[in-house]
Amino acid sequence: MANFGNFCTLLALCLSLYAIVAALTGAFRQQERVVRSAERAAYAAAGCASLAFFSLLYLLLADDFSIAHVASSSSLSLPVIYKITAVWGGHDGSMLLWAFFAAVMSAIALWQIRGKNRDMMPYVLAVLMVNLSFFLALSIFLSNPFQELVRVFPDGSTQPFIPADGQGLNPLLQYWAMVIHPPILYLGYIGFMVPFAFAVGALATRQRGEVWIRATRRWTLWTWLFLGAGLIIGGKWAYVVLGWGGYWGWDPVENAALMPWLTATAFLHSVIVQERRGMLKIWNMVLIAVTYLLCIFGTFLTRSGIVNSVHAFDDSNIGKFFVYYIIIVLGVTLILIMDRREYLRGERRLESMTSRESAFLFNNLILVVACFAVFWGTMFPVFSEWIRGVKISVGPVFFNKINIPVGLLLLLFTGIGPLFAWRKTPSASIKKMFLRPVVAAFIVSAGLLTGGMSDFYALICFALCAFVITAIIEEFYRGARARGRSAGESFPLALWRLTWKNRRRYGGNITHFGVALLFIGFAGNAFNEEATGYMRTGDEMRVGGYTLKMAGLIESQTADYRFGELHIEAYKNGRLIKTLKPERRIYDGQSTTVVGLYSTPKEDLYTVYTGMTEDMRCEVKARVNPLVFWVWAGSALMFLGTLIAIGSKGS
Amino acid sequence: MTAKTKFIIGGAIILAALAWLGFVGFQESKAYYITVDEFSEMKDGLDGKTLKLAGDVVAGSIDRSTPQMEFVIASPKTSIRVRYTGSGIIPDTFKDGSKALVEGKLEADGIFNARHIEAKCASKYEAEYDDRTVS
Repeated sequence: MANFGNFCTLLALCLSLYAIVAALTGAFRQQERVVRSAERAAYAAAGCASLAFFSLLYLLLADDFSIAHVASSSSLSLPVIYKITAVWGGHDGSMLLWAFFAAVMSAIALWQIRGKNRDMMPYVLAVLMVNLSFFLALSIFLSNPFQELVRVFPDGSTQPFIPADGQGLNPLLQYWAMVIHPPILYLGYIGFMVPFAFAVGALATRQRGEVWIRATRRWTLWTWLFLGAGLIIGGKWAYVVLGWGGYWGWDPVENAALMPWLTATAFLHSVIVQERRGMLKIWNMVLIAVTYLLCIFGTFLTRSGIVNSVHAFDDSNIGKFFVYYIIIVLGVTLILIMDRREYLRGERRLESMTSRESAFLFNNLILVVACFAVFWGTMFPVFSEWIRGVKISVGPVFFNKINIPVGLLLLLFTGIGPLFAWRKTPSASIKKMFLRPVVAAFIVSAGLLTGGMSDFYALICFALCAFVITAIIEEFYRGARARGRSAGESFPLALWRLTWKNRRRYGGNITHFGVALLFIGFAGNAFNEEATGYMRTGDEMRVGGYTLKMAGLIESQTADYRFGELHIEAYKNGRLIKTLKPERRIYDGQSTTVVGLYSTPKEDLYTVYTGMTEDMRCEVKARVNPLVFWVWAGSALMFLGTLIAIGSKGS
Repeated sequence: MTAKTKFIIGGAIILAALAWLGFVGFQESKAYYITVDEFSEMKDGLDGKTLKLAGDVVAGSIDRSTPQMEFVIASPKTSIRVRYTGSGIIPDTFKDGSKALVEGKLEADGIFNARHIEAKCASKYEAEYDDRTVS
């Protein structure tokens, strides 16, 4: 089966390489027949890549420990669901998953345009297949998941080796969010190859109009949705499994996924300006290319360990291929854009600062600056080592210093952008549109100030959220009332039809509502409280208005791990609210945490059992994290809004 | 003034403000990221600077009997004693033999005062087998 998997991967590589050559030859010689053959090769490559993926899955399910990947990320006793997830439990398997997704998604994208956009087809095809070939080649030559496990003797000779059982999947990954997180994140990384391929196709054929943007609108939104969902699910996992108390730590692996999300968000907005006003054509090309390359770069960051470890760059040979690939793709794209700049000339100019265009421009500027700051902070250790020979890293302080104000500015433009009209907003309209949101912002900040809140950023954040939410509710209300009057519909019916008939616009509004809720959750971070207690049964500790009483400790074991489960009674104002059960699991050689959590819209009570001291007291870290609920609720609303917007057929 | 000029001025103000914040944040949180061996070689140049030291946790050196946990991390040649004074949770991956990254400063008593610990466990098979294929 391993040989079969290898064979399929190799065949898929040959097919995709053939497809590149055939597509370009067909385009230059204008032989439609050859292009058709390239298309079929791409479908066949998708079939072969799928077979390769399923061979690896089969090897894992069959517990074939002669394969290094299986031996290092699975074991006999692992539940079936985790054997499946063990496909991407290691470096090499995740590369194959990447290639498998890329192959299948390329095939779907090509199938969708088979009847139209024939002139762009060869170039779109070629770009998609270059992307696929790169990952297939990595999968075969540098990080092959089908390699056999061997024993190496001191004299250098080797011999196949089959252990009786595998090492098992890292217990930290044995959690529901980690089952779906990597595939969802990968869909979010990979999907941007489609709009990028269309952008290159449009450039190569000097396509008139915005065909490439319209053709890929849904791809872009779906991909953006997946990338965002991947980020949030990753955050949820960190919050519940890692037990350090937060959901975001500016870790390079997190930043890797955030960067393309930021530029993709900029792209989502700036293409609207191109569609409506024929501006920003070069900028959009650059943004989608950068987004695609940041996705590749993110995979590279996550997989090469270049930032996480001291001087890792020398011994990771896979890293330099990523760097070459990124440089080549970037170079080719920039040359194409430079060469076609006349055709990309904007049709109109910016007319006024109080226009929708200008709000979008600021939104783009801020998102790109945020991305650059994250990039700089993440890569600084690498740059400083190149330039000065010593690795200097920056901590969360750096990221927060820049990104908190950046986030607030972004929130501000989320509020005012939709209130502006295209071209120029008449000043009468400005007064009318801004009145209630501004009043709401003032009421909220005055209320919070009298309530004794002194954190500057949090205060601004809540005020801006009030502004955004009021503006959105007003827009829904105005639209539904006008529709209700003219169509003679009841208000709820008018509200429903209004949203359904203008899914793109109102889906966007719902997403923005989610953004405001998300920021309410972020602002809660300013008020976190933390305490550590060392308790025996009957002892108490206090944290943020709660009294925690240790009611008991249960120690036992399952087939896979030993565990200690604490029972902690949480009291507020003398009343028992919930018995929390933080747990500590000790696997062979590694321990994991199960957080004891009591979550309400107001705040989370978060407890972690971190171990026992020498005098047999249980060490408990307890936190009160206000408003975390809104992070999950806000992102759920963002996804809902995006789904509604995807449903529309465009403007 | 055209709208484009206004946009450029507005953008420049935002960029300048963020660049300043970035600079301040950078000064506050920068840390030299080196191995224990490199540290012992360039000790004098690093007085009072925040460091991120990388090394392996020496087996049996973790001492949790004191209120502040102490342990020893080592590179091939040298080792250093570390005292953990942070309030965060010590990661589950931190144990004998794991690769640790400690962030903090060297104190006058020669013990490294760590406010933050990251750890990565060494792979179980690594010492015994190599997973290269027979070629």
